[in-house]
Amino acid sequence: MPFDPVILWTDALVYVLVIAVAGAALYVRRHEHLRQPWRRVAHSAPGMVGLVVLTFFVVFGLLDSLHFRARLDDAGGGKASYAVEVTSVLDAALRTLQERSEKTYSAPLAYRLYARETVELPDGAQSRVYPRLRHGGAHLKAPEQEWAADVSRRALAGAAGGFIAWVAAAMLICAGIARARAQSIDQVWRALARGGLDLPWRAILITLACVLVLIGVAAALAAKYHVLGTSKVGEDVLYQALKSIRTALVIGTLTTLVMLPFAILLGIAAGYFKGLADDVIQYVYTTLNSIPAVLLIAAAVLMMQVYVDTHPQLFPSGAERADLRLLFLCAILGVTSWTGLCRLLRGETLKIRELDYIQAAQAFGVSHLRIILRHILPNVMHIVLIAVVMEFSSLVLAEAVLSYVGVGVDPSMISYGTMINAARLEMARDPMVWWSLAAAFAFMFALVLAANLFADAVRDAFDPRVAIVKPFKLRLGRTLVGRTG
Amino acid sequence: MSGYIIRRVLYAIPILIGVNFLTFVLFFVVNTPDDMARMQLGAKRVTPEAIERWKIQHGYDRPLLWNAKAEGSAQLTDTIFYDKSVRLFAFDFGNADDGRDIAHEIRTRMSPSLALAVPVFIIGIAVNITFALLMAFFRATYLDFWGVVSCVAMMSISGLFYIIGGQYLVSKLWHLVPISGFAGGPDAIKFVVLPVAIGVVSGIGAGARWYRTIFLEEMGRDYVRTARAKGLRESVVLFRHVLKNGMIPILTGAVVVIPMLFLGSLLMESFFGIPGLGSYTIDAIQSQDFAVVRSMVFLGAVLYIVGLLLTDISYTLVDPRVRLA
Repeated sequence: MPFDPVILWTDALVYVLVIAVAGAALYVRRHEHLRQPWRRVAHSAPGMVGLVVLTFFVVFGLLDSLHFRARLDDAGGGKASYAVEVTSVLDAALRTLQERSEKTYSAPLAYRLYARETVELPDGAQSRVYPRLRHGGAHLKAPEQEWAADVSRRALAGAAGGFIAWVAAAMLICAGIARARAQSIDQVWRALARGGLDLPWRAILITLACVLVLIGVAAALAAKYHVLGTSKVGEDVLYQALKSIRTALVIGTLTTLVMLPFAILLGIAAGYFKGLADDVIQYVYTTLNSIPAVLLIAAAVLMMQVYVDTHPQLFPSGAERADLRLLFLCAILGVTSWTGLCRLLRGETLKIRELDYIQAAQAFGVSHLRIILRHILPNVMHIVLIAVVMEFSSLVLAEAVLSYVGVGVDPSMISYGTMINAARLEMARDPMVWWSLAAAFAFMFALVLAANLFADAVRDAFDPRVAIVKPFKLRLGRTLVGRTG
Repeated sequence: MSGYIIRRVLYAIPILIGVNFLTFVLFFVVNTPDDMARMQLGAKRVTPEAIERWKIQHGYDRPLLWNAKAEGSAQLTDTIFYDKSVRLFAFDFGNADDGRDIAHEIRTRMSPSLALAVPVFIIGIAVNITFALLMAFFRATYLDFWGVVSCVAMMSISGLFYIIGGQYLVSKLWHLVPISGFAGGPDAIKFVVLPVAIGVVSGIGAGARWYRTIFLEEMGRDYVRTARAKGLRESVVLFRHVLKNGMIPILTGAVVVIPMLFLGSLLMESFFGIPGLGSYTIDAIQSQDFAVVRSMVFLGAVLYIVGLLLTDISYTLVDPRVRLA
């Protein structure tokens, strides 16, 4: 085999999540009453715009979740040997970005280093100059004159490439709609431009155009330049920003995966059985709730760190250690954030269990487990869904804050939090090194805004009574992010 | 009412014991008393005798949770957990691991925290209500639509961005206020004004949007229809009727936060170098000072429970339909 597949813990959970989402989608397709609210989501223009952008992020995240170890060229036949380093498919695709590192900071699209260096001139004298970069703009012979023309030529070519890709995609979509409606492509195109189709295709295509053109420009420039500059150790910032996507997505999704079983089981049990079970469960979540979330997370992460330091033999590679730490962070974030959903589910179950059909089921002697699974769980699932999509964006934001406090992901793992944390010290520099911060904030903003738009559409479709998600949504957000104020 | 309050206070005791137990377990798994002693004594003076002396001096020479050697109830009471937790209930926080008096630290650091947190809280609520009322007044117009859009956009910006961007723009480029630091008395204003502004701005997105839904929900009620049917102007309906009724969920939602204002804000204080309780907590986390973290967790839990109690009481004050029994 040319490579040796490696499945990290978070990878496995990501696969489970993908399979679960696909299964749920199939199930929903077959049931008309479940399709109804999703159709409302599809009719919301902001929601679909968010979904398009999210899809691109998810593709990058999934590519970054397929890990392997590359095969090393070995002269002696027989046993194949593989590299120690674990890389992902995304790494392989971005190899040029990853390998073309510079000495230290360089500004976006620059051809010279950001810091002066002493070089020896041919006549033996010394001079302090900004040296040329090893890779960024290295193909330019006389950069002062050529640079602007070269950058704009490449950007235009990239934009044109992106545009062509968009035209192809738009044609495909139009052809698909035309087939479904039994109209000509021309008719569909006119209706689409008017905004006359029942789904917000116009907004979707405009978003798609923006994203594809941006990707085209970035890809064309990245071939010869550092599009977003380089970091302190000379790493390409665009590469870091793309790698951070997976970390953010893993934190946002796996945390909810960890928290759901607790919240659903305990919330429904407390509401359904009442009495002692209710008292105990309420006691547990009030206690957890009263501890400031940051302190609980800090304590747990420090505990994890000590465990890792004392058991180095359990973690053969740095990637696995960072990965387990990420998983643990998800788990502890899940433990601190399940209480809000649990309380909501308890309240809803208390209401539902008094309804006639539950009473009837009890009178017929249906077992508790069956009542919960068949009658209560399906009727609270919309709350769960809303909670999950609303929580995603606040978790992505929380990661950055936690990494700043020093209790976030492993320092060796690339994430928006670690990018901001590393760049923050350079604020005092004059002129300021702004590109790392700007890249991290811009990517985070795009991801969180897309998630927020999509989450709003889901919430409006599934729950007209908006008020019900308030307390839950604000919980982590208030303690971590909102409390910046 | 007084019976209800007494019951709630009694109910708080098992919760606080649970909080203490949890933080105790978490932190003693992190570092045993031996590790703590080693860290406090520094690398040079670490001998087994010195560690023993430090443990005896600071009361860490007993078993953690269960004293098998002792007799009767002393099996529970002659332990580190009992010794360190029970004193907390009397708000006797003891000394930090570096020997300083925690209660004294809390007292002196409380006022910088409050100087920052109280203005953010009050101005924040006022600003959010203003924006929310504007959006509700112009509901279903472009002003409302773009208001909500900008709220969602502002919610999507990381809190760190507001802080870093504000600090760079106002302090570094325009030189309007010092970058960080704090001073007592009237001088505090120039140190506090930027963090307060940033705190208010970063809260607008989520706050104004939430209040807008509250006002819109209120506007769908029958009394609003009646008021309109009587021929009242829309502005009168909004400001006299809807605002008053909308204040019930807003105020009761805000009350739970009031006691927590004492704890300050972790991020703001550490970014702006304000010597409040928030930065105290962050420093304690980073230096693994268990005594301080335990005290802050306990204080936070007490304040949270007080906040919940105050919320319930405030319901009865603003909404006569609610009675506590």
